[in-house]
Amino acid sequence: MPTKVEKDAFTGTDTTGHEWDGIKELNTPLPKWWLYTFYASILFAVVWWVLYPSWPGINGYAKGVLGSNQRLDLDHRMAEAKAAQATYYDRLASASVAEINQDPELLNFALVGGQVAFNENCAGCHALGGAGQSIYPTLADDDWLWGGTLEAIEQTINYGIRNGHEQARFNEMPAFGEILEPAQIEDVTDYVLSLGGTSGNAEAAARGQALFAENCASCHGDDGKGLQDMGAPNLTDPIWLYGSQRPQIVAQIVKPRQGVMPAWSTRLDPATIKLLTVYVHSLGGGQ
Amino acid sequence: MLNKHEKIETNAILLLVLILITVAIGGLVEIVPLYTIESTIEKVQGVRPYTPLELAGRNIYLREGCYNCHSQMIRPFRDEVERYGHYSLAAESMYDHPFQWGSKRTGPDLARVGGKYSNEWQAAHLIKPQEVVPESIMPPYPHLLAHELSMPDIDAHLRTVRTVGVPYSDDMIQNAASDLAGQADPNGDHEALLARYPKAAVGDFDGDPAKLTEMDALIAYLQILGRMVDFTDLETQDLLQ
Repeated sequence: MPTKVEKDAFTGTDTTGHEWDGIKELNTPLPKWWLYTFYASILFAVVWWVLYPSWPGINGYAKGVLGSNQRLDLDHRMAEAKAAQATYYDRLASASVAEINQDPELLNFALVGGQVAFNENCAGCHALGGAGQSIYPTLADDDWLWGGTLEAIEQTINYGIRNGHEQARFNEMPAFGEILEPAQIEDVTDYVLSLGGTSGNAEAAARGQALFAENCASCHGDDGKGLQDMGAPNLTDPIWLYGSQRPQIVAQIVKPRQGVMPAWSTRLDPATIKLLTVYVHSLGGGQ
Repeated sequence: MLNKHEKIETNAILLLVLILITVAIGGLVEIVPLYTIESTIEKVQGVRPYTPLELAGRNIYLREGCYNCHSQMIRPFRDEVERYGHYSLAAESMYDHPFQWGSKRTGPDLARVGGKYSNEWQAAHLIKPQEVVPESIMPPYPHLLAHELSMPDIDAHLRTVRTVGVPYSDDMIQNAASDLAGQADPNGDHEALLARYPKAAVGDFDGDPAKLTEMDALIAYLQILGRMVDFTDLETQDLLQ
């Protein structure tokens, strides 16, 4: 191996001294800025090892002289954020939803905070602004299945509906396809349609009225206006969760769909649930 | 001294030996502590192996590449904790092979999605995401509802993950096939299953109780995510690594 370092005439730089088939290589030094940045980053790493958790050992790891820990840092940040909002949260903790609704300052805080929590947790089903979609009820109108007072809304958000939680709201409309004859179901459907003002077969509706009184009135009421204590919807208004057309009503009588809502008390803290309650109540239909 | 590298570069055996030593040091420093440090996995109660149906659902989650857009790791930052819930623990994925932590979030993190939505919502969302989340760019997965779940060797699956350290008992493996179907049976008796696998979601998942579909399995898996550990009485001090 020849090691004959020469000075390249054209660039003035030394060669590496190697030569392959007449080809020589310039030994251009690294740019100074690059070299010193490289040294500086090595130095930075050493400082970092000392200050922050770094090297693993046999039984543990170097904790660093600053004692930094991401999980403890998070506690500090959460506490800071909480302290910044303490004037509100301290009052929220002791105030009932009704009191929050009465207090302009807290109400303002709840509407903004409630909207953020709603968009993340509730809008997946009830849509932005509580507009409702698909088989998920609209929260921005004044038609409520389980009640639209602040207390009723708070109860529903806390424990949900038909989710297995022991305090969840629960009802179960029987599958009348196994109880009534098909012709009887058609008659009841005619009567239910007539409750909403849709004129159909008056004779069938008259037959359906007797069946309704016998089978349906205990939950939906003698007048079909529903019972919020039972979560039984009002059948006389034009708002239908599972569709207002005849086949949809028949399907709901034959084999009812039973919607489920999660219990949010298992996921969110009580203050957030209060914010949500006040927000949902404000959407247009709160009672 | 700086010119000695020529000696190494021109001696293949010497180069090989020195490379081996260098790599070995890196490996030892990174790997050995994993076996000896006892604080890497937090000591929390409640983390259990997946039920056979959840495990099947997890396989579908991997097959469909859900991890390409969804992470399962809530980092200990205020914005993440306020949105998704308690930050993820190493213990919560100790029975995951492989874990689904990830850092690619085209969709939201799923580490605590269990119980956040009803089964009905999950099914509707998987069939056509835009039906319930209009602004979503997630592709639809209606085929999961059409495919019946085929897992004739589910007990072998359990045994396989047992060999890498997931504590499936003999009882769990013997009952794997019946647990697989039983978890999604709305009229079944779930007492034994829930004794083996506490907190499992049971009942029909996909809206079609007559068939056990891949959709059933995937939703059963989604509904347990992040629900195993009860955080009510845990303090940060209990979770320091």
